[in-house]
Amino acid sequence: MRSKLVLKRMLRNPQARYGLLALALLLLLAYIGPLFGPHDWTEKDFLAFMEPPSGDHWWGTTQIGQDVYAVTLRGMQKSIIIGFLVALVSTGLAALVGATAGYLGGWADRALMWVTDLLLVLPSFLIIAIISPRLKGGSWLWFVVLLAVFSWMITSRMVRSMTLSLREREFVLAARYMGIPAWKIILRHVVPNISSLLIIDATLNVSAAIIGEAALSFFGFGIQPPDVSLGTLIADGSAKAIGYPWLFAFPAGLLVLLVLSVNLVGDGLRDALDPGSNQ
Amino acid sequence: MNEPTTGRGAPVLEVSDLNVTFRGGVKAVRGVSYRLDRGEILGIVGESGSGKSVTSLAVMGLLPEGAEISGSVKLHGRELIGAPEGELTRLRGKSIGMIFQDPLSAFTPVYTIGDQIAEAVRVHQKVGRDVAAERAVELLDLVGIPHPDERAKAFPHQFSGGMRQRAMIAMAIANDPDVLICDEPTTALDVTIQAQVLEVLKTAQRETGASIIMITHDLGVVAGLADRVLVMYAGKPVELGTVDEIYYRPRQPYTMGLLASIPRMDRPTERLIPIEGNPPSPAALPPGCPFAPRCPLKADACDDAEPELERIGTGGRMAACIRAHEIDLKDLRGADVYPVPEPPAGAVERGPREERETVLALDGLVRHYPLMKGAVFKRQVGTVHAVDGISFDVREGETLALVGESGCGKTTTLQQIMQLQAPQGGTVVVLGKDSAKLAKAERKALRRDLQIVFQDPMAALDSRMPVGDILAEPLRAHGHRDGKAVRSRVAELLTLVGLAPEHAERYPQHFSGGQRQRIGIARALALEPKLIVLDEPVSALDVSIQAGVINLLEDLKDRLGLSYLFVAHDLSVVRHIADRVAVMYLGKIAEIGEVDEVYGRPAHPYTRALLSAIPLPDPELERSRTRILLEGDLPSPADPPSGCRFRTRCPKRARLGAEEARRCAEEEPAVIRLAPAADHGAACHYPEDPEDPEGAGGPEDPEDTEAVAAPRP
Ligand SMILES: Nc1ncnc2c1ncn2[C@@H]1O[C@H](COP(=O)(O)OP(=O)(O)O)[C@@H](O)[C@H]1O
Ligand code: SF4
Ligand code: SF4
Ligand SMILES: [Mg+2]
Repeated sequence: MRSKLVLKRMLRNPQARYGLLALALLLLLAYIGPLFGPHDWTEKDFLAFMEPPSGDHWWGTTQIGQDVYAVTLRGMQKSIIIGFLVALVSTGLAALVGATAGYLGGWADRALMWVTDLLLVLPSFLIIAIISPRLKGGSWLWFVVLLAVFSWMITSRMVRSMTLSLREREFVLAARYMGIPAWKIILRHVVPNISSLLIIDATLNVSAAIIGEAALSFFGFGIQPPDVSLGTLIADGSAKAIGYPWLFAFPAGLLVLLVLSVNLVGDGLRDALDPGSNQ
Repeated sequence: MNEPTTGRGAPVLEVSDLNVTFRGGVKAVRGVSYRLDRGEILGIVGESGSGKSVTSLAVMGLLPEGAEISGSVKLHGRELIGAPEGELTRLRGKSIGMIFQDPLSAFTPVYTIGDQIAEAVRVHQKVGRDVAAERAVELLDLVGIPHPDERAKAFPHQFSGGMRQRAMIAMAIANDPDVLICDEPTTALDVTIQAQVLEVLKTAQRETGASIIMITHDLGVVAGLADRVLVMYAGKPVELGTVDEIYYRPRQPYTMGLLASIPRMDRPTERLIPIEGNPPSPAALPPGCPFAPRCPLKADACDDAEPELERIGTGGRMAACIRAHEIDLKDLRGADVYPVPEPPAGAVERGPREERETVLALDGLVRHYPLMKGAVFKRQVGTVHAVDGISFDVREGETLALVGESGCGKTTTLQQIMQLQAPQGGTVVVLGKDSAKLAKAERKALRRDLQIVFQDPMAALDSRMPVGDILAEPLRAHGHRDGKAVRSRVAELLTLVGLAPEHAERYPQHFSGGQRQRIGIARALALEPKLIVLDEPVSALDVSIQAGVINLLEDLKDRLGLSYLFVAHDLSVVRHIADRVAVMYLGKIAEIGEVDEVYGRPAHPYTRALLSAIPLPDPELERSRTRILLEGDLPSPADPPSGCRFRTRCPKRARLGAEEARRCAEEEPAVIRLAPAADHGAACHYPEDPEDPEGAGGPEDPEDTEAVAAPRP
């Protein structure tokens, strides 16, 4: 009943509708778009270096003759997957760890918070830098795991403190007195009541992961050439943004659109989940 | 409209045609007019949201930014609306004093109470520091704060609620104001403290000669205090008259309904008469009379225009109803015009109490909390004796009410029962099963039969869940997997509590307080329990709504054969709904027995004081009765008095000889059955004589009495 109602409320919210539409279009562009382009992203056109957009190369070409359209869309596919996976894992971890620690209390709380604090004080960048080379040749999924593992702790602490106050609320007591097991109470009553925080956190995480991945790639970790991501493309393009704007504008523009539509959907979802909001 | 002014001097305060509109077109106050004479007490009553508080804030010039205000407020003939802020500030505290519901918010936490009262004196009077400080102590003494010179040095948080309210009164009268506005001054207090504070208010009025505006939703409080009463509904005054006229001859259907819906101590067995429906939202008022959707006397003409206050009869009384003259002529009562609900259908005759099954038995239940101190290194500095050995039992089909002041351990007792774990001391036996010996699966199975309804119907329902899911939750948790069956059970439950099956798709926020409480009740009923524990289920509701919920609870009990453990602080509600009552004081049971016995022949001095503190919605009775006023506050449960816990406040002990009084301090009284035949026991060495309700009662021969402990199953 709840999921149906939430969906209905979400579709009634114009912001969320536009956000969903934009997100769907961007996904289509990233995955179907390359099929329609005249070039493959691995192709190099040795007759066209740094060409501005034209009929043949819709979004221009790069220094080494790659088709910007094809490369950007390829990069976008990677970035979308990385962004969403990192957000999902990181926010999910934050919610589960924080809510479990806060709800159960006692030694479970102490153990979980010890781990959280430990990860908080470890220099994450350094660790990623140390581990990354060892993962060379391994799946890029490892990279997602690394990014996620170091980005959930602060949210998790916030979730825990919110849970501590929720735990004493009467509707949680009511559920407990009904004989509902702890994990169900956490999933059904605690997490939805902190969903505003979680959704904001997740939308921020999507953009943070895409950008963070770019920073790491810049230092040579993460997505490595010849593979590309929006992050690597923006990093490369930004240096030449003045003289050759197409190298920068297309990946950066798509990133902005992506983040914007994720935020719209996030806002809409938050309103739809909160029956107190006006709509 | 204008009130007749004949025979009276110039009014102290005159409000005419006051209107307040908030942003978004919320018309909170619509055309309020009244006059307040010197030394007069005007009661303003109405349900929450009827605009009582906004009216008084407007008079004080304290409305928030963005509120549109029109009309006139004259203090001694001087117009206050539109007056410069500087002038209003001078008047506030000097000519008009205000007392709020929550006194904590009126004091700054970082200054002592004495300093703050002295400050209030110095702002408006040219006196030295020491004079002001002396005056502060005098004022604290006047409002009955013991050791005022010492207590003046205390900080607000070191005062109890009742003490703070006294201090607030002291501050409000510091400059001999002409008008005192009290907005629900006793709503947050327990009855015995409320009685003290109302007494202090009367003293304050005598001392200062101020006129008082008493705003409250409690018709009992006004009955004993006010000279005249203004009844508000949906931001508008609907009736105005002397207190006797309003209480004995109400002429506006809303007032009539309000009075008929109050549970009365003197008529406990009558069915309560609820007013159907809910007050309209101030942003979407119906055309015509705002009360029309709920009015049993509604005629077609009622929708045409909103009736204005009109003079009825010869005195100064006024009512806003097109049929008021007719009501006056026929002398109709609330019970005549409102449909009296059917008596509980199919009330099964049960056998005598002793033969019925025991659904809940507590024996010597103990729950102590460690008292911790220190932020970083916590150490135990004491023990809070929240529940200290209480015993009672609930039989099938019976309602046992647990009453007592806040902090006496009622909620802790309920939690100990609901947790179904081994208590720290004593036993909890639910339906014959000892909670200490339950296996996990047994405990879960037992939860089916034991359900709870909470006080605050908003907090008890997860606001993120549609009502359908809320009601389905217990069903799913206990193995109802078939979606269709669950849905039809949800619809059935909603109908059972007087809601519609379509309501399953809405969220709790979309319901009014009374409806939410019905949802809470429906959830408790979902698994067809045998025993329902109710923690103040109606105390958050307005009286007209409360009546409907009480009737529902009574019906359900009879129809479904439920037993209730009903916690409440409102003794009139308890009188109405309970079969037996247990009075708690500081974690102990002071008196227990059948309601008629306990209310009719209270034996414990505490019960007597409690009963005498209840304000009755009957001006005649209120004027003639004498209250037993208790002294001081509830002692801290971390440091309960030795011997009898009530001895520090016991009025009876003061009348005992030294030898007898020593026994109170040394020996803890157990609950003793008062007469072999009666279901009535009290924990007092010198219980009042049950045959003589007003008499002093002497020490009793211990041979005659016999212990009533909860029978072991
Ligand atoms: N600051 C405000 N802004 C908007 N609406 C308000 C504000 N204060 C009160 N109201 C509305 O005005 C109406 C009357 O409120 P109030 O005077 O507090 O009622 P009462 O004191 O009788 O319970 C209510 O509907 C309330 O929601
Ligand atoms: S005017 Fe009509 S609807 Fe309003 S109170 Fe009177 S009879 Fe009822
Ligand atoms: S035992 Fe003594 S102090 Fe306690 S209630 Fe009875 S008379 Fe009062
Ligand atoms: Mg109010």
